[in-house]
Amino acid sequence: MDRAVTASAFVHQHASHCESGVMSSLLRHHGMPVSEAMAFGITSSLAFAYLPFLRINGLPLIAYRMPPGAIIRGLDRALGLGVKFEKFRSREAGMARLDELVDSGRLVGLQTSIYWLPYVPQGLRFHFNAHNLLVYGRDRDEYLVSDPVAETVVRCARGDMERARFAKGVLAPKGKLYYATREPSAPDWATLGRKALKRTANIMLRTPVPLIGVRGIRMLARRVERLPADESAKLYIGHIVRMQEEIGTGGAGFRFMYAAFLQELSGVTGYAPLASLSQRLVAIGDRWQEFAIATSRMIKRRDPLHPPALATHLREIAQQEESFYRDLERAAAAWRA
Amino acid sequence: MREEEVPQEGNAVLEGHRKAVYAVGADGKLRMVESRGWEVEEVVTRQAIEDLERRAEDARRRFRAGETSPLEYHMYRARMDVPLLSQVTGLWQWRIRRHFRPKVFAQLSQPLRQRYADALGITKEELWTAP
Repeated sequence: MDRAVTASAFVHQHASHCESGVMSSLLRHHGMPVSEAMAFGITSSLAFAYLPFLRINGLPLIAYRMPPGAIIRGLDRALGLGVKFEKFRSREAGMARLDELVDSGRLVGLQTSIYWLPYVPQGLRFHFNAHNLLVYGRDRDEYLVSDPVAETVVRCARGDMERARFAKGVLAPKGKLYYATREPSAPDWATLGRKALKRTANIMLRTPVPLIGVRGIRMLARRVERLPADESAKLYIGHIVRMQEEIGTGGAGFRFMYAAFLQELSGVTGYAPLASLSQRLVAIGDRWQEFAIATSRMIKRRDPLHPPALATHLREIAQQEESFYRDLERAAAAWRA
Repeated sequence: MREEEVPQEGNAVLEGHRKAVYAVGADGKLRMVESRGWEVEEVVTRQAIEDLERRAEDARRRFRAGETSPLEYHMYRARMDVPLLSQVTGLWQWRIRRHFRPKVFAQLSQPLRQRYADALGITKEELWTAP
């Protein structure tokens, strides 16, 4: 091949989070502009989970959103995109299929391990296997990549891409790729929105496992309270904040992004109560940020290490989130579209 | 978070990249804002990296002293630990730990060496030694 093949008129968009960013770009490319925040909120992707039995370098998994794949599947269902997922047993088949799709001008989503992507800054390359990106073209042995968390488009060599797509371990991508096969149909945002709000309130307030939702935050608070005041505690609390920060959540564990969703949904549907709920969630996001600041000050010894103070902070957040989700649920129930 | 409060402290970990975050603008509306990085985030990311670097350095020293195999050093350098390396290679954790013994490691079969090298993204020759 002499020159690069690209999906026609693809426009890169910088986003906060990989999966919502990928889907926002994919939808825009297929003629339906949906913001990243909308993609995140309408699929009920906000959550909290404290999973002590899943260990990362010996520390528990703490997530502030739903598991990987929720946004893609949720939008596929809501908008009738006909997303096709393909996984591969052999690397050769997986790479050949990617080439075939890209060369035919299709925009292809990939699940990758962020550790093996050379254009990602060293400091952010950990073994996380569910990083999403889009391939919009190919220039011989280089893929033209739109990674939503990067400011501009990037290139990725074939060998690196292969490694990233076929990384092993938890959430192994197995070469997973996906693409839309139908044009999205304009949805009824009010109906979708009402359902999405109820679902989020339900997840946060009533999941039967005490590790998920508001109860999960309280469980984490209890765990933090019992930490010994030593170096291991510093790693533990630093880890909570690192999970909370992820890439681009502004230190609020996706709370600001969900607030942006509520604001947008309120604008699109004209349902006013969502606007004030959005403001309340911004305030809660600020509390998460303060928690992160307090934690980093203890790690840096600017403040004495005192885990119970952080536990109190987490309990206050849990309290505020609980009352927020109750009101969110009431607002959804009172919504007559 | 208000737009003017969006951290622009230049988190060195980002290597000059900017991140998109959501913040409240002057009109009271949330919008996406580019951030040069937040010191808090740099503190916690560095902490995690330094912990792994410390373990790698410790393994390197023990390798020099003949107390462990280079495998342990390369594992930490690839930002892994034994449970993760076990998932990636499909080998039992006790088997990996056994391969940390220099004598056992010296007799490792070629296919096993290749398996470790692939998992760690290095060549068989690189796996054989540590700096």
